[in-house]
Amino acid sequence: MAAVAERPLALLRRYVGRWGLWLALAALPVYFGIHDLTHGYQAGFVHGHEVIRHDLSNLGFNLVEGLSNGAIWAMIAIGYTLVYGIIELINFAHGDVFMIGSLTAAGLWGTLGLGLATGPVGLTAGLLLTLVVCMAVCGSLNVLIERVGYRPLRNAPKLAPLITAVGFSFILQNVGLLWIGGNPIGVNDLIHENDTVFHISGVIVHRADVLALAVMIPLVIALTWFLGNTRPGKAMRATAQDPEAARLMGINVNSTISLTFLIGGMLAGAAGLVYALYETNVWYFQGFEAGLIAFTAAVMGGIGNVRGAVLGGLLIGCIQEMSDSRLGPQWTEAVVFGYLILVMVLRPRGLLGEETREAG
Amino acid sequence: MSEEMPGPPEPADKIGELIVRARRLTTTLRGRRDAIRKRLPRRTGSVFVAVLIAAGFVLPLFFSQTSGFLEATLISLAYVVMALGLNVVVGFAGLLDLGYVAFYAIGAYCMAWFGSDFFFKEHIHVLVSGIAAHEIGIHLNFVLILIAAAIICSLMGMLIGLPTLRLRGDYIAIVTLAFGEIITVLAVNGTSIGLGGGQTLTNGAQGISALDEPYFPGIGSFNLLKLRPYYWLIYVIVLLVLFVNLRLRDSRLGRAWVALREDEVAAVSMGIPLVRTKLKAYSIGAAFGGISGVFLGAYYTDVNSDYFQFTFSIFVLAMIIVGGLGSIWGAVVGALLLSYINYYLIPDVINSIPHDFGLNFNLTTLSYGIFGFLLVLVMVLRPQGLVPERRRRLELTGAIAAEDSQLVEVQE
Repeated sequence: MAAVAERPLALLRRYVGRWGLWLALAALPVYFGIHDLTHGYQAGFVHGHEVIRHDLSNLGFNLVEGLSNGAIWAMIAIGYTLVYGIIELINFAHGDVFMIGSLTAAGLWGTLGLGLATGPVGLTAGLLLTLVVCMAVCGSLNVLIERVGYRPLRNAPKLAPLITAVGFSFILQNVGLLWIGGNPIGVNDLIHENDTVFHISGVIVHRADVLALAVMIPLVIALTWFLGNTRPGKAMRATAQDPEAARLMGINVNSTISLTFLIGGMLAGAAGLVYALYETNVWYFQGFEAGLIAFTAAVMGGIGNVRGAVLGGLLIGCIQEMSDSRLGPQWTEAVVFGYLILVMVLRPRGLLGEETREAG
Repeated sequence: MSEEMPGPPEPADKIGELIVRARRLTTTLRGRRDAIRKRLPRRTGSVFVAVLIAAGFVLPLFFSQTSGFLEATLISLAYVVMALGLNVVVGFAGLLDLGYVAFYAIGAYCMAWFGSDFFFKEHIHVLVSGIAAHEIGIHLNFVLILIAAAIICSLMGMLIGLPTLRLRGDYIAIVTLAFGEIITVLAVNGTSIGLGGGQTLTNGAQGISALDEPYFPGIGSFNLLKLRPYYWLIYVIVLLVLFVNLRLRDSRLGRAWVALREDEVAAVSMGIPLVRTKLKAYSIGAAFGGISGVFLGAYYTDVNSDYFQFTFSIFVLAMIIVGGLGSIWGAVVGALLLSYINYYLIPDVINSIPHDFGLNFNLTTLSYGIFGFLLVLVMVLRPQGLVPERRRRLELTGAIAAEDSQLVEVQE
């Protein structure tokens, strides 16, 4: 076929369809990078004078912070995406399961007596123990919610479980409210999160950044391996693709769905622990906002797709960090959701494509 | 979740057994009701509706002008309008909308912009009386504000509809959610959006206050110590919206929505214009939300960005799903039920229970949990909603019958 004279409008549309998304995603960092290089930015005070620097390290710092913050969103987003992939439910209670994870971690540190004075060995052992407990608590909580609230509604209209999810979200928020009260409470800065670990050409990397990525990356690798290579993992993928056919092949659909909730909950628990260390405070309402952002991340990456959820989480983390430090935190939510709408318009199935029933 | 995912019909464990038993009870009760209904004369239905409407009109006369129940009732009626509007989008057309709060916000801000001294450089007065006729700012008659809000909201509804047209299923949900959140962010940060000359878009969390009281000749003044006029106003709005909704449901457009909801490809191949039909659903649903927003703004007499939270969208969505998605009476019942629970039962009634038993225990700290628990309970016991849409009820009973026959086959 010889495309002799493609109409300019169609050409433009094709061009936007192919490159528009990447242009849009690159717009913020490129603009801020150029701005930093040309106008400079204030890097602090020396002898009462402003130090103005013209380099990219500030942008790099934003991106590092964004990646580590995004790692937390990514861990929560995986829970959303797995659950959506397998039963097509937006699990609104998931963010609050994450919140319970944070509260468990904070409570357990108090019980174990972990404090600022604890030595490195005790600290490591304590944190690992807390991690295991948080993952167990959140995993079983999520399974319980599925058993009580979602399984009885398998044959119900599609939106019915959405409302039980909202109901559980309220219940968990109330649990959090009764547990620690209505205000955010501080958590000991156990890992001295703002200590510099290293810097690369002026970009400072804090301990908290290393921690978030060090927890997220192994868990995601383990999950990918699990989904790709083990029998239960394959059962999960099969159920996500076609539950009826999976059942005919001898897969126990109900226990596979429970397993999905268990894994999602465990990741939320891990995220809860990292969040408590990272932000050094916990709040009964934190799960709501986190859930919203993580859900956005899951959709942005392509729902049902684990790699997509991770990519979406990291991207949103970066967008948030850039917007927080340059446009002001009050605009961040609008910027994130504006990006989401843009991604949806330009890539209706998410950045990496979806892996759900109808797409498969 | 979809139909091709059959759970075990007879769960072996305790929770499942309990649920199955409770559901059976509701089915038995429904059977009894149907039997009673058959024995009644033919016109009973319309007489019943007429009596109900009349009863609604005289209801406030039995309560004092400042009673908490009356207040809860008129807020509930405003939510009925919201629920009916959202039901058009989610129930009829099947487009999951999680950003409905946007239209509440836009409606309420219309009330604030066109019925207060907020635009302090303008002097526009149209058909207003009393103090409002002499103040600075834009002051329009309440009915004009309702119309303006309906028009603005339906345009905004189309705007939100546009990017969702290419999307499928729950992706629509997240885009509408994003839109709702962007509107609320604009409301909060409206103080830093200048319109020139010191004029801002909103007043953020400080709120725009002292909105005009609705004015109708013959009814008298509206003020918060006299709730009855507010009640009658919202009651008339509810009846109008209800009438429009009932007519819409059976119209060509309503049937087109249901067709799109059930099978988009089939509907389009039968000649239903996809874009126009979907956009109409968004704009009509949004207009109802705006109307209700105007009323709530006027009733609260101040418009504050704190009112517009994501939870609001979820609350209205819960109403129509608890009521029975796509069912107009379901939306009414769901809205009344959930808003009574939230605005009357939990704050006014349940809180006195521990006191009555001589316990020193404050239940307000549990209100979230009680609300959540009730949501879970209602949905697990009646997944199809309290008053399911007729079409869906047929589908469901059909499906259950098929499942039962399968079960017999397996057992033999």
